[in-house]
Amino acid sequence: MSDPIIKIQNMNKWFGDFQVLKNINLEVEANKKIVVCGPSGSGKSTLIRCINRLEEHQEGDIIVDGNELSEKTKDIEKIRAEVGMVFQQFNLFPHLSILDNCTLAPIWVKKMPKKDAQELALDQLKKVQIDDQANKFPGQLSGGQQQRCAIARALCMQPKIMLFDEPTSALDPEMIKEVLDAMVSLAKGGMTMIVVTHEMGFAKEVADEVIFMDEGMIIEKAETKEFFANPKSDRTKLFLSQIL
Amino acid sequence: MQAINFLKPNRDNIKNYSIIGSVLILISLIDVISNAFLKTNLTSFLPGSLTTLFPLILGLIGLNMMRIDYSGNKTLDLLNKNINTNNFNALLTLLILFSIIKALPPSLSWMIFDANISGDSKDACTGTGACWTYIKVWFRRFMYGMYPNEFHWRINTAFILVIALGFVGYFMKENLKKYLALYYVIIYPIIAYLVIYYLISGGSFGLQWVETGAWGGLSLTFIVSFFCLIFCFPLGMIFALGRRSNLPVIKYISICYIEFWRGVPLITVLFMSSVMFPMFLPEDFFMDKLVRVIIAITLFEAAYCAEVIRGGLQSLPRGQYDAAKSLGMGYWKMHIFVILPQALKLVIPGIANTFLALVKDTPLIFVVGLAELAGMLALAKTNPKWLGFAMEGYIFASIIFWIICYAMSKYSYNLEAKYKTER
Repeated sequence: MSDPIIKIQNMNKWFGDFQVLKNINLEVEANKKIVVCGPSGSGKSTLIRCINRLEEHQEGDIIVDGNELSEKTKDIEKIRAEVGMVFQQFNLFPHLSILDNCTLAPIWVKKMPKKDAQELALDQLKKVQIDDQANKFPGQLSGGQQQRCAIARALCMQPKIMLFDEPTSALDPEMIKEVLDAMVSLAKGGMTMIVVTHEMGFAKEVADEVIFMDEGMIIEKAETKEFFANPKSDRTKLFLSQIL
Repeated sequence: MQAINFLKPNRDNIKNYSIIGSVLILISLIDVISNAFLKTNLTSFLPGSLTTLFPLILGLIGLNMMRIDYSGNKTLDLLNKNINTNNFNALLTLLILFSIIKALPPSLSWMIFDANISGDSKDACTGTGACWTYIKVWFRRFMYGMYPNEFHWRINTAFILVIALGFVGYFMKENLKKYLALYYVIIYPIIAYLVIYYLISGGSFGLQWVETGAWGGLSLTFIVSFFCLIFCFPLGMIFALGRRSNLPVIKYISICYIEFWRGVPLITVLFMSSVMFPMFLPEDFFMDKLVRVIIAITLFEAAYCAEVIRGGLQSLPRGQYDAAKSLGMGYWKMHIFVILPQALKLVIPGIANTFLALVKDTPLIFVVGLAELAGMLALAKTNPKWLGFAMEGYIFASIIFWIICYAMSKYSYNLEAKYKTER
């Protein structure tokens, strides 16, 4: 077993007086796919937003690829560049074309020559099957296409870890599949992924481990088959009975 | 109300009703026009008060007969929807229309038919109308202030040069486009300053020195507005970002700056800049009054720009910041490539508003002795040879200001359309 690429130890986080995350311990090894599920308000999104420090934690340690995240972390941009993130609301840059959305960060953050960045972007867009939309603007695309573009944009930074924050929750049912397909093929390519989702079908298909969270705590963490076949805690059983 | 119900049209008789209605409105219009232009009434046989109300009543009945929810006739529907939705709106429509017609003949005869423009002294103005001769004689003063007549070409050349340099951005080659912001924010103002300094001020290259006290008129309006506009925008941007900064020192400096300048009237700022400020300077340090005034207005307007831009920054969803950060962009990259392009696009109307206000605030520099267009008017109207023509002067100035401001607002609409993207 190799060293875990993400290591979270005794992490606590508060929003004002409200404790959103309570004593989180989590280790993720490289190339593993983790699905995080749980009722809304359970702190799933906050947890993965802490991993690239879009949220700051108050106690405990988060170590990503050997770098500890804290106020003292100087090159937070460097760490973020290695951790791609896909959001529920896509968050494409509406003033830039699809291609420019994908090349912006490689050119300006990674200092990649423009030509190489464009080639890379077209390559990634092809993988999610929207290379024919490269010159359109985000507003002209459907939700599913936008989300696939957002995945391609994150991949253009060639990250080591990909975080997905409910990537299909804002989509029409028909478009969920095309986005999940893109994520499945990404998973098969060996990317380390942490996915917050309610799509249990996706979890069963690709996840190595499933984490169930409630009220800011990790209630259960188990191998996928084990998780669905015989969940240990009652809370998990209740959740699964409602969602499946 | 039952009694006038027979005047209400329905889908079947709307055609006849609208024809009768239009005829009635036409008669009321003819009555008002004949009253305004020929001083006669169609209904002079009626008692006085009825004569006045006659067109109004007739027009109301006419509009009432044409009012229907949906007729199928495009013009009629447009009319009903916009100016004839109910009796009150119909009344307002008629009153406005009639007032315009009534006001037209006296204003036309004052401005054109009875006006004078020939001659070159006050004696030429013999009519009862406007005396445009006054504007004609003073035209050069209004444009160039006390600047010596034989050097006016210097101002013209300088302006043409500055405008031409302003268009450089349009013709820049693709690979130089990334320096565009740098050019407009830093290089262009410097070049413009040098052009204006060497051409209009003179003093070298064999050009005679003309001190800024002699500058004036519309050209001074342009010079002051121009420099204030190009400096206050970047400065405002810096303070807008500063106010949203996480660093307390920068944040509170920005807040203090903005609240200070927004809290004081421009006129006191101008007084301070011209009277108080030089006292604090070392004796051998000289700064021209015009420069001080430009700096004062720039600092003042930058505070307003900052708040407008901050509004734009705040209207962006947090997801844009998240996305930029998650791609590894630092503060400056995030703002330059993601946040500002979107925020500035949103604040074009607000910025245009601030800029228009700035241009119209420039006449205030008269209080420190700089006579731009409105200031020259104030000087000219007290000239003993030309007493009594304040009206003509202010109308002239209004028209000039209106043209400038309208052009600016048109330009801002163009920019809005150009940078419009779907969200």
